Amino acid sequence: MTRKRIVATVAHRVAILAYVLFALFPLFWVLKISVTPNDLLYSEGVRLWPSRTVFDHFDFVIRHSDFPLFFRNSMIVSLSTAVIVTILSSLGGYAMSRFSFRGKFWIVGLMLLTQMFPLVMLIAPIFKILSPLGLTNSLSGLILVYVAFNVPFATFLMQSFFDGIPKDLEEAAMIDGATRFTAFRQIILPLTLPGMAATLGFVFTAAWSELLFALMLISGVDASTFPVGLLSFVSKFSVDFGQMMAAGVLALIPACLFFFFIQRYLVQGLTAGAVKG
Amino acid sequence: MASIDITDVRKAYGAVKILHGVDLTIQDGEFVVLVGPSGCGKSTLLRMIAGLEDISAGEIKIGGKRVNELDPKDRDIAMVFQSYALYPHMTVAGNMSYSLRLRKTAKEKIAAAISGAAEKLSLTPLMERRPKALSGGQRQRVAMGRAIVRKPKAFLFDEPLSNLDARLREHMRGEIKKLHQDLGATSIYVTHDQIEAMTLADRIVAMNAGVVQQVGSPLDLYDRPANLFVAGFMGSPAMNMFEGTYRATDGAPRIELGQGISVPLAGPAPTAEGTKVTLGIRPEHVLVGRELPGGFEARIDLVEPTGFGTILHASAFGSDVKAFSLERGLAERGDTVHVAFPVERIHVFDTATGARIG
Amino acid sequence: MTEAVNAAPYGRDRRPFLRRLASASEPYLYSAPALILIVTVMLVPLVIGISYAFRDMTLLDPFSGGFIGLDHFRALAKDKTFWQALKNTVYWTGYSVALQFCFGLILALLLDKPFRGRGLAQALCFLPWAVPSFLSGLNWAMLFNPIVGPIPHWLYGLGLMSAPDNLLSSPDHAMWGPIIANVWWGIPFFAITLLAALQSIPRDLYEAAAIDGATPFQRFRSITLPFLAPTIAITVMLRTVWIANFADLIVVMTNGGPADRTQIVASYIFTQAFRRLDFGYASAIAMVLLALLLVYSMLIVLLRQTLLRER
Ligand SMILES: Nc1ncnc2c1ncn2[C@@H]1O[C@H](COP(=O)(O)OP(=O)(O)OP(=O)(O)O)[C@@H](O)[C@H]1O
Ligand SMILES: [Mg+2]
Repeated sequence: MTRKRIVATVAHRVAILAYVLFALFPLFWVLKISVTPNDLLYSEGVRLWPSRTVFDHFDFVIRHSDFPLFFRNSMIVSLSTAVIVTILSSLGGYAMSRFSFRGKFWIVGLMLLTQMFPLVMLIAPIFKILSPLGLTNSLSGLILVYVAFNVPFATFLMQSFFDGIPKDLEEAAMIDGATRFTAFRQIILPLTLPGMAATLGFVFTAAWSELLFALMLISGVDASTFPVGLLSFVSKFSVDFGQMMAAGVLALIPACLFFFFIQRYLVQGLTAGAVKG
Repeated sequence: MASIDITDVRKAYGAVKILHGVDLTIQDGEFVVLVGPSGCGKSTLLRMIAGLEDISAGEIKIGGKRVNELDPKDRDIAMVFQSYALYPHMTVAGNMSYSLRLRKTAKEKIAAAISGAAEKLSLTPLMERRPKALSGGQRQRVAMGRAIVRKPKAFLFDEPLSNLDARLREHMRGEIKKLHQDLGATSIYVTHDQIEAMTLADRIVAMNAGVVQQVGSPLDLYDRPANLFVAGFMGSPAMNMFEGTYRATDGAPRIELGQGISVPLAGPAPTAEGTKVTLGIRPEHVLVGRELPGGFEARIDLVEPTGFGTILHASAFGSDVKAFSLERGLAERGDTVHVAFPVERIHVFDTATGARIG
Repeated sequence: MTEAVNAAPYGRDRRPFLRRLASASEPYLYSAPALILIVTVMLVPLVIGISYAFRDMTLLDPFSGGFIGLDHFRALAKDKTFWQALKNTVYWTGYSVALQFCFGLILALLLDKPFRGRGLAQALCFLPWAVPSFLSGLNWAMLFNPIVGPIPHWLYGLGLMSAPDNLLSSPDHAMWGPIIANVWWGIPFFAITLLAALQSIPRDLYEAAAIDGATPFQRFRSITLPFLAPTIAITVMLRTVWIANFADLIVVMTNGGPADRTQIVASYIFTQAFRRLDFGYASAIAMVLLALLLVYSMLIVLLRQTLLRER
């Protein structure tokens, strides 16, 4: 019995370790390439760690390329998108969770539909709609598009967070003298903060990694985002792996940091009946 | 404080009708208890008074003023939920003061109000805790405290004690009664628990399937149930019911129960000869003995001692008869005894309509 | 009393008109901002996009834009690459979803047990989800590249490959490159939703089953799986649809090659639209894909409803 349990425990830890290694190895490789000097790149291609490490690639990317600008643009776009989407999807998710109304079926249907087609299909029409408004080649246009793309899923997410909060609470608040909106703001929202954090992080990473529309709606360097900049390393004749991966490491930092802290709220928030008592 | 008038109130969810016209007047300061089986619409009625559900038809007045169109916040009532619904992110003090803060009451007044309420409910040492760090009974008291701080026109309780264990429930029952005597507040209280209903109520409202069956003082409902439903619902162990036929032709009104047995009645019932009727008698009124004048032979099938008394299950004239007695060792299983129904304790109902006829 | 019930009609709502309007429109007010955005930025362009499918829309060609009926669809029926891409899509989506699901479920089960350092392990295991998808594409393309990546050498060392070549240029196995990258990237999504579902299962159910003498496997089959089934159905549906539409990894890693062996419908649409600038044809393909995915989702929703009813 005890031996069996020991074996099971060891197997469990080994399996976890295997998953962690599998998850981290590719990221480790990005880091490794980014600190490998160019002359060792090919000769030590398979070694786990180069015999000599340098920070030349980072130096180049930070001081001699447009990446700081791209980084700033991406930050602005992703943060604004995440904040706006979180606000809109909180409102929408609340309506979906707390009211039963005639249009609900159609709204849910519409939101599901938006998840079903290749977004590539929308590029030309969106370009046609945005360009007379002066919203192409601008960060605001990109934010607008990203917000729309991310709102449906975020609304479903927020709805499931709200579903986890007992209805009694806002009824009690309404009897205590609050309007429905006050009850929403003072009672329900504070309890959904973890859920909102999760949505914020989720949308941030999604916006941070979007490539297609960033590529198509924006043509100048001024409003380019990180992914587009990163791709410019590939489109040259020879790929500069070291610089590309140094830029990649920089791109990873905010997204990973964000996600690292919010992922547990994502699990918590999606757990049914988590917010009680 | 205020009276509550409910006139022909109905509720339907789409095509499903839940309440079929409830009429009820609750006096200022009265404590009314709603009882009825699960799903009969008690919570629905309470929530309509609170303003949490729309009123499909009819009218509700609080303090003489029609409130159908008012939001919950404008009705000035307080409600204690079965789940307590304490705000998890606020302290006990925060929970209790929330309603006053919403009304922009002055700080000193709030402090005075919540410390007064905390004292009444012995919550003073817990004021800075979050609900998560409280026991079930303490949470219940906070929920009560939240209701009493702002001196509302009426209190609504939806099974407030059903999440507590038996002992604590008994204790809180006493507290609620004391509180009501202190504050004299108009209260409507929903419960499943008969003892709660009997001990707390000035008047009990018995409901079934969305219709009020009887309104009256607890002893009224117990001693003179208006119909078969109330008779069967109130009291534990439940009332014995036997179907029979009404006979009165020879001037001696009686009920024939079959197997040649008939039970004499105190007086004639307002119904025709040969009507199908139901005879009801509470177990504690059934007499059990070795030899009883006017008794029937019965065999004891089961003996249930409750400590407080003994419940005897017997079979007589092809039916089961339950008897409750304070005496112990009255009979053993398998004994043959006599049971008798004292004439002044017998209830008679019309079997077809269920209505009381004597 | 019963007569009164039947006779008296349920009166009309007597609240003032404005009040009724206000309370009926409340949910719409809450969802309006999101809805307006979705309609203007997604639905309207979608309708325009669909109209392109019936028009001759080639960018840079000033004479294009005319209505051509079903010509695109006729061309599509004869397009060998499209049929190949459709087959590849099934292959790509099927393997990606199945593997992500299996590993996601295992990971969720592993993380559901309390152990020291669970929080950290969970955060690290979920990290790939935060990696921008095109970056994971570049990342894995690099790992498969024999010059700067280790994987070909490992496979060669294990005897799975006759020489340390790039998997992505092998016509027979190239599809596995993007699939592996996709599995790596997508496991966390399943693990997160399934872990949340696992943690919603009341613990006393397991205790009751253990007392009844159920083995761990029986407990998994009779408690865990039925509880997870609705979540599984909905996540699998969403993920299938997303992955079928998900061209980033393929475009970045193989660009459909070698010889269209890794071309899926989504990447084919991309190629038609942005390499050949034929938006009309691209829209026609996209419509076919959308129709297929809609049918698929309906089936899953029906399946889920039957599952829920049986519960
Ligand atoms: N939103 C709703 N839609 C449809 N039917 C409802 C809704 N809410 C309640 N009901 C129905 O109304 C009836 C009365 O419910 P209510 O909660 O008032 O019962 P109750 O008497 O309080 O029961 P309990 O003692 O179990 O609390 C039930 O049959 C219930 O199914
Ligand atoms: Mg109820």
